[in-house]
Amino acid sequence: MSMLTIAMPKGRIFEEAAALMQEAGYKLPPDLDESRKLIIEVPEENMRFFLAKPMDVATYVEHGVADVGIAGKDVLLEEERDVYELLDLKISPCYLAVAGLPDTALNEVAPKIATKYPTVASAYFREKGEQVEIIKLNGSIELAPLIGLSDRIVDIVSTGRTLRENGLVEYETIVGITSRLIVNPVSYRMKNEEISTFVNRLTDTIEEKAVR
Amino acid sequence: MSKLLMFEKPVGMRDTLPHIYETKRKVKEAAEGAMRSWGYRFIETPALEYYETVGDASAILDRQLFKLLDQQGNTLVLRPDMTAPIARVAAAKLLKERVPLRLAYSASVYRAQQREGGRAAEFEQIGVEMIGDETMSADAEVIALLVSVMKETGLEKFQLSLGHIRFTDELFRQILGTEERSEQLRRFLYEKNYVGYREHVKNLPLSSIDKQRLLQFLHLSGGISCLDEAAKLIEGSAGAEALDELRTVFGRLQEYGVDQYVTFDLPLVSHMSYYTGLVFEVYADGVGAPVGNGGRYDDLLGKFGHPAGATGFGLRVDFLLEALGQLEDEAGVHCVLFSNERRVEAIAEAQKRRAAGECVLLQDVAGVKDVDSFTESCKSVTFFVGKSSGGNV
Repeated sequence: MSMLTIAMPKGRIFEEAAALMQEAGYKLPPDLDESRKLIIEVPEENMRFFLAKPMDVATYVEHGVADVGIAGKDVLLEEERDVYELLDLKISPCYLAVAGLPDTALNEVAPKIATKYPTVASAYFREKGEQVEIIKLNGSIELAPLIGLSDRIVDIVSTGRTLRENGLVEYETIVGITSRLIVNPVSYRMKNEEISTFVNRLTDTIEEKAVR
Repeated sequence: MSKLLMFEKPVGMRDTLPHIYETKRKVKEAAEGAMRSWGYRFIETPALEYYETVGDASAILDRQLFKLLDQQGNTLVLRPDMTAPIARVAAAKLLKERVPLRLAYSASVYRAQQREGGRAAEFEQIGVEMIGDETMSADAEVIALLVSVMKETGLEKFQLSLGHIRFTDELFRQILGTEERSEQLRRFLYEKNYVGYREHVKNLPLSSIDKQRLLQFLHLSGGISCLDEAAKLIEGSAGAEALDELRTVFGRLQEYGVDQYVTFDLPLVSHMSYYTGLVFEVYADGVGAPVGNGGRYDDLLGKFGHPAGATGFGLRVDFLLEALGQLEDEAGVHCVLFSNERRVEAIAEAQKRRAAGECVLLQDVAGVKDVDSFTESCKSVTFFVGKSSGGNV
């Protein structure tokens, strides 16, 4: 059996993903999140973990330096990487939404949309038949309409608290998001046995949780 | 764009430095030798083709084509693969000769990269096309040759996945009825989005048995036994025929003695519309993307006005090199260093060694700044320097 390399997303999703794996019976190092080591081996599970920025997980998996990764659907939609999306882990649920200041209309000449997800945002508005101008930001997206940079934002919403606190309202929901298990196409074949075992154990755990 | 610096190259373009060139040459020679020994004849076609002919017929996505204009305003493409140009030549000329045609190629192809680096936009492909033979013997031969080529290049850990487009099409047609709904599901497979596929199936207005059939389909991969599972999912003759083809071809691959490299993967959809029968991809340990792929494409030749069945494969030389890692440079160069007064002797020595098949470089010592670093990469050195007789190091 060869070793599986798994790319884990830092931050929000990490804890839920780690909890899910532990529920599936995998022994993870307790300090995986806080450890300063970037790559951690778990020989008894024949696994190797590394932590990456959530946006980068799919990149590592596409290039094959990680066999498997856990990534939000938002990342997969935005990055369009050539990877297998095998399993909906049903963790970290949230959604992508269009938001803005209340009772405002889109600028008619050049409606501006600020977002961390330019691909998703432009595809969404194109499908709606609206030509918009996308402005890419890397964080604090809520600031854009407040300061007058854009008419709307496209961003991830989990509780809606951040939007409310900044006096913004949701206009439309684009798509629901959960975390997914993604697999490199070559690993999917060359390490089929290891990956199938991993997927099956996770599937069972997810189904048990759904019943509970 | 800021002013280009003199060392810069367009995105995805790569240089082949001497040591990589050597490795590449060996790999290509091994692969080409195998193809030639199976009776395939090599051909070359131009790098530029018309967008409306080869560009349009090619399996490569439009956004990946490099396009340019000629003086008359025609849109040209840098060939994105070799299959379409070969189909053009075959339809126009070669199919009038002897059929079936066994053609091989080793050439650079060009595909624009939208994203960041790490992916070549120009790379060499080596492959074969078998045109005008619709038998399963042709499918089996092409796959057996692919395995042989992989082995000849020195690769040991590799694997083929085999699928069949007509099985997928038939299953979807039976359950879903319309081409449009089939296409939606096929797109999920093409995008490798199994989560989306499952969600989509769950929301279709189908009986729970049919939903189960579609969900079960995703699990049809692995050894030959998955074909029996597949047979349970499908009714009628068209699907069974596709499965029979897979079984027959696998049997022939056993006769070739290469079946241990082959597994099945029925949900494999490597292109939305190009292939018409058996499809396959080949994977090697240590490379993140398939090193090659192929299959039956019976509709392509018809686009060039001469319908004929065809099958073939293409391998990416750069991925083969990646899978093989650094090959040791066994031969090396012998260096003959001379000073002016003993030049005649040195030339004679070099010529003697060259005639014996050695690679010999002849260097005037006066032209070298640092003898040690210059001779470092040579496997051995003979000096013809000063008045005394030559010495070896």
